[in-house]
Amino acid sequence: MGSDTVIRVDDVSKRFVIRKDNSLKERLVNARRSKEHREEFWALRNVSLDIQSGHTLGLIGHNGSGKSTLLKLIGGILTPTSGFVERRGRLAALLELGAGFHPDLTGRENVYLNASILGLTRKQTDLYFDSIVDFAGIEPFIDTQVKFYSSGMYIRLAFAVAVHVDPEILLVDEVLAVGDEPFQRKCLDRIKQFQHDGRTIVLVTHSLEQVRQMCDRVVLLESGIVVVDGEPSDAVRHFREQNSEVDSIEQASQRHDIVIEKVRITDSTGVPRTVFDSHHPLTIAYDIVAEATVDDWAAGVAITDGSGMLLYGTNTVLQRRDLEPIRGTRTIRFDFDDLPLSEGQYFVTVAVHPAHGMDYHRIDRAASFQIRSGSTDPGVITLTPKIDISDG
Amino acid sequence: MSVVEHVSPTGVVGPTEPDTTLRRVNAPQRFLHGFGPTAREIWAYRELLVNLARKELKIKYKDSVLGFVWSLLLPLVQLGVYWLVMGRFLGAGRSVPAYGVFIFCGLAVWSMFAEILSTSTTSIVYNSGLIKKVYFPRELFPLAATGAALVNFAFQFVILAAATTIAGIGTGKWPDPTNILYPVLAMVVMILFGTALGLMLAAANVYLRDTQHLITIVLMLWFWMTPIIYYISRVGSVLHGWLYDVYLLNPMVTVVLSFQRFFWPQGTGTQFEFTGNLYLRLIVLIAVSSVLLWFAQRVFSRAQGNFAQEL
Repeated sequence: MGSDTVIRVDDVSKRFVIRKDNSLKERLVNARRSKEHREEFWALRNVSLDIQSGHTLGLIGHNGSGKSTLLKLIGGILTPTSGFVERRGRLAALLELGAGFHPDLTGRENVYLNASILGLTRKQTDLYFDSIVDFAGIEPFIDTQVKFYSSGMYIRLAFAVAVHVDPEILLVDEVLAVGDEPFQRKCLDRIKQFQHDGRTIVLVTHSLEQVRQMCDRVVLLESGIVVVDGEPSDAVRHFREQNSEVDSIEQASQRHDIVIEKVRITDSTGVPRTVFDSHHPLTIAYDIVAEATVDDWAAGVAITDGSGMLLYGTNTVLQRRDLEPIRGTRTIRFDFDDLPLSEGQYFVTVAVHPAHGMDYHRIDRAASFQIRSGSTDPGVITLTPKIDISDG
Repeated sequence: MSVVEHVSPTGVVGPTEPDTTLRRVNAPQRFLHGFGPTAREIWAYRELLVNLARKELKIKYKDSVLGFVWSLLLPLVQLGVYWLVMGRFLGAGRSVPAYGVFIFCGLAVWSMFAEILSTSTTSIVYNSGLIKKVYFPRELFPLAATGAALVNFAFQFVILAAATTIAGIGTGKWPDPTNILYPVLAMVVMILFGTALGLMLAAANVYLRDTQHLITIVLMLWFWMTPIIYYISRVGSVLHGWLYDVYLLNPMVTVVLSFQRFFWPQGTGTQFEFTGNLYLRLIVLIAVSSVLLWFAQRVFSRAQGNFAQEL
């Protein structure tokens, strides 16, 4: 155990008891049956972690897996049922931005109150005040009550205060997904600055892309148990494998006599696979079954990521393929020789449709595949630029 | 691993303190220990305490035109009503000299005490948003409520001083400076005692919301069990022997009597004056309240570990 351990979570378990009766009367009335009015569940079980100084740890997992509970235990907001948490250094917790804001106070008053909640003295706040207001970009409204703020302004001011607290340990709970894009960039830059300064960050997020970019260690929690603790790419991969069941959505067909069947993803030799290396060949194939002769038809395919963003799509019309009328079963294959996607899980949408007009049959997320990539470069695609440096 | 065993109770370091060793977060403490470290921690957070109390005061009268004047209006109206109804209609004021000053001594003290208890009780529940998201000593909330009540009392104190002055001009009887220790010690009793009860009530209210309703009724009963609008010798003539002694156990009796002793010199030497040893009672009460405060903090600290999940 290195002496630079800043957070130590030792065999921590946390049990929640949910009582359904909260008034004296209810308790007295239900005293005998109090067992029925208690529900217990373990939010965390035997979690142990040592977090070294200067590291950025990501916590991922499904909703209810215990990520936020763990963060609150580290922050001292909850007390573990068994085990203990130790840490050193000043801590700032961004568990919920603006938690300390009071709607009736002005922006200025809230900045001072919130800063003192987060541990700044009045003098320090005076020192940072202009910088906080500047960071939030709401200078004209600083003496307005925050209840009149837009939600964006509110969050920006709260984040601005939080990042000026200058903590040695920063706990962040899914607060980075707020504000408009320029502000998000600002926040990420600020967090990178924190990392650069060698501070310790514990981050809960649902954005696996963010985890891969920012963390050097990731803990995957499942029902309160640590499943993976290690390299971000391993944990993210494991998490994606958990989620790989595809819920495909079939669109109501315009006609019932032409349908798509047997969507499959294979390698170049026709063997079905779901995991591919980046830049390796991949084939998407499916059968089209027409009960009657259809003259006007075209077939298409699209690749989306987990959030539904379209990464690529094409069809036979766009590819200028003239198709003969179809009757019976045909198999159509889309061969991708080189798929420059970065690591992650992707989904395939297929459709058969007329050259112009509504789809005959379409299946969203008909199949999925995963890409593994050795590259740690951020982004959706992987490129391999050659870097040349020459004298100007 | 350098783990210090007897670390600060919550493991959290005050905002300004430098820190190099690993500290246990929310370490379990034995019941008898831990008051000192918590007190130090609260001291480290004193600036936040002031800010929280200021927030309480600010939001109370935010957007109202009269603002703090409202803090003065309620006791003034109360004073007027009691003076008119009890003093004139029921005739109590005909025998008691400077009846207005007499009631206001009790009213000012009582309204502070009642404010400490009622705002402390709800302080944790009303700040649940903060408690679930940010760590700092939870004691700060009831303490800030007490602080805000003290500031409100300062306003009433101004009225009380004015009333005493006016009565002094009218009757020629002025407060005896040698009696100044009575109200000072009484304030100490009231703050210690009120804070102790406030801490316990605040914790209790998290688990049982009935507390906040119960306290309203208890305060009403308590008000009438304290010699605020009637005088103490009247009680002595009705309650005899041990019943009277039980009545005198109420700390607020001693507190109110001590204020009357200084600010209501018109009663000195009359049949309306309390004849017992007030100094002795105050000293005993300070000792008892201090122990109670220590006990309340320990109870509070036991309970506070589960605040975030109970709210």
